[in-house]
Amino acid sequence: MVQTVKEAWFQPASDQSLIVYLGTEISLETHQRVIKLLRLLEREPIAGVCDLHPAYCSLLIHFDLLKLRHDELEAVLRSYLDRLDEESLPEPRYVEIPVCYEGDFGPDLGDVCSTLRITPAQAIELHGSVAYVVYFLGFAPGFAYLGELPKSLIMPRLPSPRRIVPRGSVGIAGNQTGVYPFATPGGWRLIGRTPLQMFRSGPNAATVLSIGDRVRFISISPKRFAELENT
Amino acid sequence: MSSIQIQSPGLFTTVQDLGRPGFGPMGLSPSGAADPLSLRLGNRLVGNADGAAALEMTLVGGTFLFPEGGVVSLAGSDFGGSLDDQLLPVWTAIKISRGQTLRMGPTRSGARCYLCIQGGIEVNSFMGSASTHILSGLGGFEGRALRKGDVLKIGQPFMAFRERKISPHALKRLSPRKTLRVTPGPQSDWFAASSEQLFYTNAYRVTEDSNRMGLRLEGAAIPPHFKGPMITEGVALGAIQIPDAGQPIILFVEQQTTGGYPKIANVISADLPSIGQLRPRDEIRCEKITWEMARALFKEQEEIIASGELMVE
Repeated sequence: MVQTVKEAWFQPASDQSLIVYLGTEISLETHQRVIKLLRLLEREPIAGVCDLHPAYCSLLIHFDLLKLRHDELEAVLRSYLDRLDEESLPEPRYVEIPVCYEGDFGPDLGDVCSTLRITPAQAIELHGSVAYVVYFLGFAPGFAYLGELPKSLIMPRLPSPRRIVPRGSVGIAGNQTGVYPFATPGGWRLIGRTPLQMFRSGPNAATVLSIGDRVRFISISPKRFAELENT
Repeated sequence: MSSIQIQSPGLFTTVQDLGRPGFGPMGLSPSGAADPLSLRLGNRLVGNADGAAALEMTLVGGTFLFPEGGVVSLAGSDFGGSLDDQLLPVWTAIKISRGQTLRMGPTRSGARCYLCIQGGIEVNSFMGSASTHILSGLGGFEGRALRKGDVLKIGQPFMAFRERKISPHALKRLSPRKTLRVTPGPQSDWFAASSEQLFYTNAYRVTEDSNRMGLRLEGAAIPPHFKGPMITEGVALGAIQIPDAGQPIILFVEQQTTGGYPKIANVISADLPSIGQLRPRDEIRCEKITWEMARALFKEQEEIIASGELMVE
């Protein structure tokens, strides 16, 4: 398959889902097109479409197979894709996430620093030096894939994942960073923890982060962590 | 208000309905019954709407006291349910009198049995569904599997007990399969023809490390794909992904919404409920069919359920 950035192509993923690919490499431009298509589909839903799964370069569309076929959905989507260039996105929302990197809050920070030959202070500064892009939410409710991590902080995943990662843990893996909204298994290296509740349940469930947001991590003390945790 | 008291929960019992689709952008998978077909049939037997919340039992059922009685059905696998030492049939509406206790045992067939109660289980709806999402601890009854001593509210009975069962003919046509029919996955062409052949000619065993998020299979390892590395993308329910070690994983109802492993195939919609009846150590095979066939099989399944001959009185 050869295509330019402006093209899109389709691939059935299952008998009730279709993936639209908008590029072959992770880039902000491709990602903007994913968001534009997502926003269009949210604003003008296609009858029979049940769910949308955006990612770096693609959007998986889940549909009711009694109401739609892949080729019918593809035809409708082409008309949406034709309008992508007219679609403008609002200025991204900036979100600050307070993180305590000290002691037990960042159990892997020591290993990360010794492997990368940097001090914890340098690691914290590096992690806080970037306004990360929320590429998409996946893995678990409210888990945002943030990129891109500064090159000098890049480490592979843990060789074997932890059975349970504390809620709010801030991890790094490859060129990505993210916050675990729940106590779940996890293979990312944990360098800190936030007191923020990343996924709010209740009748008006909401995630702190949404696709397209820009995120900065702000270093806080354990004392401040405790204060924020109790508010 | 009627209630049901959990005297013993069984191995893993949760409140489930037909799930909450539509929250993919938040990273939330729909969850819902592992065998939605059985849930729907069980609900119909007691006069409920298809999506009423019920108890999903896994491998070993629990013991449930009905202080005010109720009309119930057991749907899915036979967990040897009994009422006052009298064995209960599956797929049949049952009248429970005040103070009676329903006792379930270990499965005699597949992995899941649903206890459907007229009026449904009443829990706070979370994002439009009563379904428990175990990974995040949300939905259902306190976001968790049931424990001894839990008391769940049930809706008021709204119609008289009717002695009825699902027709044996329909059950035969809807029975769970061990040969899962699949369509190609989005990365099917990443696998060499010999790898595909390996995948389709060998039987795979469901491992103990399987749950509502996914089923890990064990068998002939599928050699690594040849086009990597892959960019993480949205994943479909029933996707069969092949991680580096080559042992397939089927993504299931509480799946992650995105994934970075190539998918060799995807279980067809008509066979997704069969996945919910697979037990650890069960052997399965995959059979590739056309998109047209996959659609036809799903339509046929829905027609059986919609048929006036589904239930017999």
